[in-house]
Amino acid sequence: MKLDAKMPGGPLEEKWDRHKADLKLVSPANKRKFHVIVVGSGLAGASAAASMAELGYQVSCFCFQDSPRRAHSIAAQGGINAAKNYPNDGDSVWRLFYDTIKGGDFRSREGNTYRLAQVSANIIDQCVAQGVPFAREYGGMLANRSFGGAQVSRTFYARGQTGQQLLIGAYQALERVIGTGAVKMYTRHEMLELVTVDGRARGIVARDLITGQMESFAGDAVVLATGGYGNVFFLSTNAKGCNVTAAYRAFKKGAGFANPCFTQIHPTCIPVSGDYQSKLTLMSESLRNDGRVWVPKAQGDQRAPGDIPDSERDYYLERKYPAFGNLSPRDIASRAAKEACDDGRGVGPGGRGVYLDFASAIARLGEPTIRERYGNLFEMYERITDENPYRRPMRIYPAVHYTMGGLWVDYNLMSNLPGLHVIGEANFSDHGANRLGASALMQGLADGYFILPYTIGNYLGGDKLPAVDTSHPAFREAEERATAQLTRLLAINGTRSVDSFHKELGHIMWEDCGMARDRAGLERALQRIPELRAEFWENVKVPGAAATLNQSLEKAGRVADFLEFGELLCRDALVREESCGGHFRTEYQTPDGEAERNDAEFAHVSVWESAGEGKPAVMHKEPLDFEFVHLATRSYK
Amino acid sequence: MKLTLKIWRQSGPDVAGSFLTYQANNVSEHMSFLEMLDVVNEELLELGQEPIAFDHDCREGICGMCSMVINGTAHGPRPATTVCQLHMRSFADGDTVVIEPWRAHAFPVIRDLVVDRSAFDRIIAAGGFITAPTGSAQDANGILIPKQDSDLAMDAAACIGCGACVAACPNGSAMLFTAAKVSHLALLPQGQPERDRRALAMVRQMDAEDFGGCTFFGECEAVCPKSISIQNIARMNGELIRATLHNRGLAASEAGVG
Amino acid sequence: MNQVAALWQSTIGKKVAMALTGVIMILFLISHTISNDLIFVNPHHLDSYGAWLRSFGPLLWIARAGLLITVVVHIVAASQLTIRARNARPATYDKREYRVATYAARTMRWGGVLLAVFIVFHILHFTTGTFLPGWQEGKVGANVMLGFSSTPVAIFYVIAMLALGLHLSHGVWAAFQTLGINHPAYRGLRRGIAWTLAIVIAGGLATIPIAAMLGLLK
Ligand SMILES: Cc1cc2nc3c(=O)[nH]c(=O)nc-3n(C[C@H](O)[C@H](O)[C@H](O)COP(=O)(O)OP(=O)(O)OC[C@H]3O[C@@H](n4cnc5c(N)ncnc54)[C@H](O)[C@@H]3O)c2cc1C
Ligand code: HEM
Ligand code: HEM
Ligand code: SF4
Ligand code: F3S
Ligand code: FES
Repeated sequence: MKLDAKMPGGPLEEKWDRHKADLKLVSPANKRKFHVIVVGSGLAGASAAASMAELGYQVSCFCFQDSPRRAHSIAAQGGINAAKNYPNDGDSVWRLFYDTIKGGDFRSREGNTYRLAQVSANIIDQCVAQGVPFAREYGGMLANRSFGGAQVSRTFYARGQTGQQLLIGAYQALERVIGTGAVKMYTRHEMLELVTVDGRARGIVARDLITGQMESFAGDAVVLATGGYGNVFFLSTNAKGCNVTAAYRAFKKGAGFANPCFTQIHPTCIPVSGDYQSKLTLMSESLRNDGRVWVPKAQGDQRAPGDIPDSERDYYLERKYPAFGNLSPRDIASRAAKEACDDGRGVGPGGRGVYLDFASAIARLGEPTIRERYGNLFEMYERITDENPYRRPMRIYPAVHYTMGGLWVDYNLMSNLPGLHVIGEANFSDHGANRLGASALMQGLADGYFILPYTIGNYLGGDKLPAVDTSHPAFREAEERATAQLTRLLAINGTRSVDSFHKELGHIMWEDCGMARDRAGLERALQRIPELRAEFWENVKVPGAAATLNQSLEKAGRVADFLEFGELLCRDALVREESCGGHFRTEYQTPDGEAERNDAEFAHVSVWESAGEGKPAVMHKEPLDFEFVHLATRSYK
Repeated sequence: MKLTLKIWRQSGPDVAGSFLTYQANNVSEHMSFLEMLDVVNEELLELGQEPIAFDHDCREGICGMCSMVINGTAHGPRPATTVCQLHMRSFADGDTVVIEPWRAHAFPVIRDLVVDRSAFDRIIAAGGFITAPTGSAQDANGILIPKQDSDLAMDAAACIGCGACVAACPNGSAMLFTAAKVSHLALLPQGQPERDRRALAMVRQMDAEDFGGCTFFGECEAVCPKSISIQNIARMNGELIRATLHNRGLAASEAGVG
Repeated sequence: MNQVAALWQSTIGKKVAMALTGVIMILFLISHTISNDLIFVNPHHLDSYGAWLRSFGPLLWIARAGLLITVVVHIVAASQLTIRARNARPATYDKREYRVATYAARTMRWGGVLLAVFIVFHILHFTTGTFLPGWQEGKVGANVMLGFSSTPVAIFYVIAMLALGLHLSHGVWAAFQTLGINHPAYRGLRRGIAWTLAIVIAGGLATIPIAAMLGLLK
């Protein structure tokens, strides 16, 4: 597998501008002749589809929900970063870049990350122009808040619904061009196969989820914006539909999968309440602006939080990381919570929780201010737990939240498969081994609005593509493969439900490949996952038919992919013998329990290549060289 | 706790549906309503029956996917709450719970509790946007917006497009949904240039989708999970009258679109 | 002009028409109430009022025509919206419960039908005398007394006035919304105006048949 990042030369500040100058252009007249297939209508997909259609390309856009507006991006709460420096607190493109690359524990490309910081400011301008109602000050200026891993206030937000408002903005832009006919939207369609012709991505096969029809779509380029794979853990903050299917099937067609083991555990989620639990709910990181995290000093302290005097509380983040305190990065905050609970000082049912306390903030700012800032989050918490966070500290616990890993892409956001572009959370992106809060929305929109629309022209404007339509045998073959899998799933007619397999897989992943990983656990997982997969293919029960809306069948296909992908994830975690960002190997930690990176051996991207059905995937390395930043040990003390 | 569920089952769009009764015997008050249905579905599977199809995704009350009428109330008994955020503690042991899909001519049933809400997308496509092609924007602070205005716009923009307003409206009207978008954009300076055509085009599309008119029953506001106020409907009416008086015409301005 | 036509084509436009025609009918009814209540001062005042009306000659007919058109437009829009609503919401819920819709709001349609019936009867009753044996041209006061000397008729009038009051209590408030008059500061005021008009008009008119039944008219 050839892994050329196509990183432009020159100083960091000039790379993107130089590159834009060198990119091949497609004349307006010719753009009309190119058909781009965009799979996904989240922030990345919707913004890309709309922007490319505005440029004149013919675009087809797909999503599995009933409307593009429902993509999982809608759930993002806290905010979006941008190096606007409106608060005049010393922010700059460089600082955002540095925070991001440091937050990612130096496992991302300098060039990509810098470009992300560069375009961040344009994103805010674009969204405001679309009518995104960001929070404002009384003077009419945009308001900012601070977020984890940063010492400046650069996060823009719209109440606790930032992702919703940004997505609605992109969705409206998308609907506008759907209205003009420039984009053809396919909702309730699930991509099941990537179609390649002479090694190039030339289309997809998707299932119409209502009629069950298998349909082929041919194009000149395919863009995957299909989001993250956090649901491999079953319980995560992701929407129920989030899946790895599109990305994984592209991987099976030869696309490299980068750093699958880089998964993010979010420190502030509502703890699990029972085994019927179907998903975990995030409490936005922004809460850590005003909430103080603590556990009782004494083990197994059963007193109500109110009855525990300050002197007997351990505000462990403030204690361990005085410089960043409650705003330390997610991986660090999550691990600290786990330690406290493992130490028997956890609170709530099962002792799997820590307090997030607003008492002092309410005392300092008054309840109205807190309500103004977090009202809807507090309501959500009360709805779910039946506890009033204005009176009683929230109980929180870490949960799987985001996946930094994803399909490998070069500086042009194109994978190693010519024509296949990957944007948003679906690519391995700019976040290295850990993503800072409010940076995913930024990346999704950067990719979709300001990067892909330029770089895709470089591919389409390149060497002439032979005309291909869906009559090409490659499409037949792909359709047959997809249909065969569904038929097989329906035929097994075993005794266990799809969910029961998914839950068991999730349990394995969480126990052995979750917040803290070690060789023994990973080897155990690598033993159990194949066994579980084997049982799945013998004993799963998928009711109903393929020719109708069949939600069990949809789930079955996704879980089948998770059952293979989970193994890849564990293998990646096993071979990365260092701790960095979200990937914490207990064997590799400093005496005081911090992650111990190994830059000598692991300053690289691990890119996995499928070796075909049943055969173990092969790992390739893209070395990461750091010309402009020096690899410091991350310290938030 | 134990519940008796009376659930609408319909195997396809043009097939007649009917109510079937199920027993949910091990329901915990901490479950969400959808988790309760998950459990029921697992049990149905054991019995070799097809699970109940229902739309859901985020289960956080924000994607607008979940949609069912519980005991005659869209999204169930808890005000300002989507079904996915509704917890079983809102019900009592032994209750009989009737679960139905959204019912409206414009929202045909696809299967069981799943309906087709694409009409909403078409209403947005007709004019529910600000034309701001990527890259054309000025600095975000270039136009200052009074906090009050942007807060009002945000209140309207909070709509999640779930369709409960239509489901609850005795007229099957989409006024609240449409008005929320018209208001959101009309309240912002960036929304002014297209203000008239937006109102005209969106209302025209809304009517073309066969939604009913508004008699101000207020049922929509009562079930709206985001508490969108019917004040917005009045605002939209004003916008339409205003657009009519400006007499710019839709067809004329239509040319400018795209 | 085509703009106005386009407006009439839309559901909102029909509501605007209903609101405007409603307002016209309200204005008529205000004057109608005042003039009719003159009967309490002295039945003959009514006659002179009637005479005064007729003195306008052709103008009166123009006014009548206008009033007729108003009512027709109001009814046409109402019927079209009602048919549309029925079609937009074919199936009802197994367990349908109204949460907030008022009785007044829910009875706009049947209440309206009742009013329509009333108006037709009413004209044939007092204006043309068709339904009022012994009706005399110009003897308005006498006609009213005569008309209400039949208790069933009087009761029918009272019921009609109840329907009218209900119709207005929701209708006037709704008309504000339809016309986009929705400044949040005056939310209470709009409700107030609706109820005041409802009570003053319906009440003011109802007193006549009631008084008649109690034998207070002489
Ligand atoms: C609860 C929560 C809160 C968050 N808060 C923040 C925050 O405050 N700030 C921040 O920066 N980030 C936040 N994130 C992360 C951020 O929301 C996501 O990383 C980002 O929105 C991903 O966007 P996307 O466009 O890449 O993918 P998504 O928004 O997930 O969109 C995926 C799209 O792909 C489609 N799709 C997927 N698979 C298929 C298939 N097989 N066939 C067809 N279509 C398919 C889906 O229909 C969907 O349209 C949060 C995430 C979560 C879970
Ligand atoms: C108890 C209530 C009412 C009484 C006692 C009453 C009385 C009268 C009388 C006496 C006349 C004849 C006037 C004349 O011929 O000079 C009249 C005419 C009329 N009334 Fe009423 N009225 C009542 C309620 C209403 C209502 C509720 C409406 C409408 C909704 C209405 C509409 C009319 C109309 C349209 C005419 C014909 C006016 C004309 O063209 O001359 N009336 N009414
Ligand atoms: C003639 C017989 C009448 C019929 C059939 C009728 C019917 C209706 C109906 C069905 C509505 C509700 C429309 C909707 O919101 O869907 C309505 C509204 C209204 N009616 Fe009538 N009505 C009649 C008479 C009157 C009279 C006599 C008045 C006033 C004196 C009146 C004033 C109003 C007003 C103000 C509204 C509110 C319009 C709006 O919602 O904007 N109506 N009418
Ligand atoms: S207005 Fe309320 S009920 Fe209607 S779609 Fe929007 S959120 Fe749902
Ligand atoms: S319920 Fe229906 S009638 Fe109007 S106020 Fe709401 S849309
Ligand atoms: S499932 Fe997303 S709102 Fe209910």
